[in-house]
Amino acid sequence: MPLLQLRDVTVQFTKTAGCLRRTMPTPPVVDQLSLQLHQGEMYGLVGESGCGKSTTARAIMGLNQLAKGQILFQGDDLSKMHRSSRKLRMKEIQMIFQDPYSSLNPRKNVWNIIAEPLRNFERLTRAEELKKVQELVERVGLNAESIYQYPHQFSGGQRQRIGIARALALRPQLLIADEPVSALDVSVQAQVLNFMKEIQEEFDLTMLFISHDLGIVRHMCDRIGIMYKGRLVEEGTIQDIYERPSHLYTKRLLAAMPEMNPEKRLEKMKQRFRINEEYELANEQFFDSSGRVVEMRKITDTHWAALK
Amino acid sequence: MLTIHNLRTSFRIHDEFHPAVDGISLTIHKNEVLAIVGESGCGKSALALSILGLHPPERTKIEGTIEFQGQNLLQLSTAELNQIRGKRLAMIFQDPMTALHPLMIIGRQIEEPMKYHLTLSTKEKKQRALQLLERVGIHNNEQVYQQYPHELSGGMRQRVLIAMALACDPELLIADEPTTALDVTIQAQIMELMKELQRQSQAGILLITHDLGVVAEMADRVAVMYAGEIVELAPIHTLFHNPLHPYTRSLLHSLPSSFGQKGRLHVIEGMVPAIEHLKRSGCRFAPRIPWISNELHEVNPVLHEIAPQHFVRCVCHQHFYLPTERIGDEINASITAT
Repeated sequence: MPLLQLRDVTVQFTKTAGCLRRTMPTPPVVDQLSLQLHQGEMYGLVGESGCGKSTTARAIMGLNQLAKGQILFQGDDLSKMHRSSRKLRMKEIQMIFQDPYSSLNPRKNVWNIIAEPLRNFERLTRAEELKKVQELVERVGLNAESIYQYPHQFSGGQRQRIGIARALALRPQLLIADEPVSALDVSVQAQVLNFMKEIQEEFDLTMLFISHDLGIVRHMCDRIGIMYKGRLVEEGTIQDIYERPSHLYTKRLLAAMPEMNPEKRLEKMKQRFRINEEYELANEQFFDSSGRVVEMRKITDTHWAALK
Repeated sequence: MLTIHNLRTSFRIHDEFHPAVDGISLTIHKNEVLAIVGESGCGKSALALSILGLHPPERTKIEGTIEFQGQNLLQLSTAELNQIRGKRLAMIFQDPMTALHPLMIIGRQIEEPMKYHLTLSTKEKKQRALQLLERVGIHNNEQVYQQYPHELSGGMRQRVLIAMALACDPELLIADEPTTALDVTIQAQIMELMKELQRQSQAGILLITHDLGVVAEMADRVAVMYAGEIVELAPIHTLFHNPLHPYTRSLLHSLPSSFGQKGRLHVIEGMVPAIEHLKRSGCRFAPRIPWISNELHEVNPVLHEIAPQHFVRCVCHQHFYLPTERIGDEINASITAT
C-alpha cells in the first residue's frame, strides 16, 4: 500500500464577480490530480510557477480545502476526517517551507521554534524538551548553544536547517519540501541538499520534493511528476523522464535548462527553438478542445504520459 | 568602452568605512558580454550600482576611476551623470516585481527615459514605446501599453524592464540578475532575447549573476568575484574547461545539474565573511580551504596571467584539489558504512 495516495484531487478557489458580487468558482488550480508516494521514496514534483505544485502541497497539509477527491494517508482518507482526528494524523506529515527568512518567527528563539510542534503533540517536561531540542539542533549541524539565539543571527542555510529540525521534531513519516533551496546560494544549496539526502536515509523518510529546478530534482529524486495547469503531464523514474521524455512539455522544460558547456550553446538554442515551434504546432495532440491536459496513459510500468 | 580602474566602494557601518568592492579593475569592450559571478554578499551588485552612481553618497565612499568613453563617471556632477545614465548607460534591475512603478501604466514608464534624453513628440514617443515592446517579444503591444504592472506576469514585466533599458539605445547595458526571479522556460526566452538584442545593437553587456548556467549560455568573458575582489578572469571556454582558482572550481562542483550523477555535492566550508569582519590581507579564500597551509598562499595575492587573457589571484590554486577529487572514494565509503 502506498504511504500517500491522491485520488482525483481537485482544488478550486472562489472569486467575487458579476454585478451582484456573487462568489464564483475559478477554474480548478489542481485538476483531478492522482499521485502515489511509496514508503522511503523521494518524489519530485516539477512545474513552472502557477501550475499548482504548492497548492497540491498545501492541500495535503490541509491548508487548502479540496473541492473533490481523496487524500489517503496510510489508507485513511484525510479529507473526510474530523478536524480533531485529522490533527493527530497530521503529526506524521510535516512541511519545509520555501523561504527561510519568512517561515521562522523572528520573535522566538530557536528553542521555542523547534519545540513548538513538540508542545502541540507531546507532553514533555522542560528538561526532556530541552534535551530533545538540543539533539535535533545538533543533528542538523548547528551548535547546541545556538538554541538561545534568534533567527536573524543565522545565515540562510542555517535557517533552512532550523526549519528542517522543526519539521523533524515529531519524527514524521512524510516530509513535504516546497522549493526548499530556491532562496539559497549555490554553495549553501549544495549543503542543504546533501543534508536532506542524509536525513532521508537516516529516518527512512518519504519525501515530496517540490521544485522548478530540473537539475536539483534529478540529483535528489527517484521518481518525478511533471505538472502543467494543475494536471500531471508525465510521470516516471529519473531515467524515463531525462532519457526518454515523451511529452512535448517535458521536452520543452528539459530544453530550457541552461547548458553548462559553452561550446554547445548554439546547438542548444536551435534545439529550444525547434521544440518551441513544435510545441506551438502540435498543441492539439496533447490538450483537448478546452485546453485541458489529457488523461495520462501507460508507456511502461513506471512511465506514464498524457498523450492521446 | 568602459574601463574600471582600482575601484573601491566602501560603506559606512558604525562610523567606519568598509570596502565592499575592493580594488577592482575591469574593461568591457563593445559588443561583448562580460559576466560577473559570485555568491551573494561578494560585491557584485555594489559594483554595478557604483558604475551608475546609485549609492547614497552620505554613506558610501567610492575611490578609483570608472572611465566610460573617456569620461570619468566618478567626477561628474549629478546633472552630468543624468545625461549619461538612462541614455548611453542603462540598467536592468533584478526584481521585476518591485522595479516598476505600480501606479503608472507600462507605456508611460517606457517613455520616461525618452522624456529626459530625447526630443520627441508625444506621438513619436508612443510609437517608439510600442516598437520597443514589439522588439522584446510582446506582440499585443497596444494592450500592454495601457496596462499596469500588476496585470502582467513576471516574465512580461522583465521584458518591460528590458524595453525600458533599451529606450534610448544604450551603448552599455548593466543587467543585475536579470533572470533570477523567473521560471526556467521564461529564463531561456529572456536569455535568447538579450543575446538577440545585443547582436542587433552591438552594445556591451555587463551581466551580474550567481547562476553559472546563465553565464555558460550568455557570456563571452567571466570575472569571478569573492569578498570584493576578482579572483579569476577568463574567457568563457577557459573558465568552464580549465577553471583554476579554488573558488571557481568549488562553485562549479557544487552544482547538481553540471554532472547529474547521484552522490554528494561539493560543499564549500564556511561562508562569505561579512564586510566588517573581513580580513584585508592575504588570500581571502584561505579560511574556506583550511587544509591548504598558510605558506602556500601569497602574502599579498595579485592577479597572475596564467595564459593569455586568463588571470588568477594567488598561487594557492597550484596546491588545491577538491576534497571530492582527493578522497572521493573514502567519503563515499564512509557514507555507505553509516
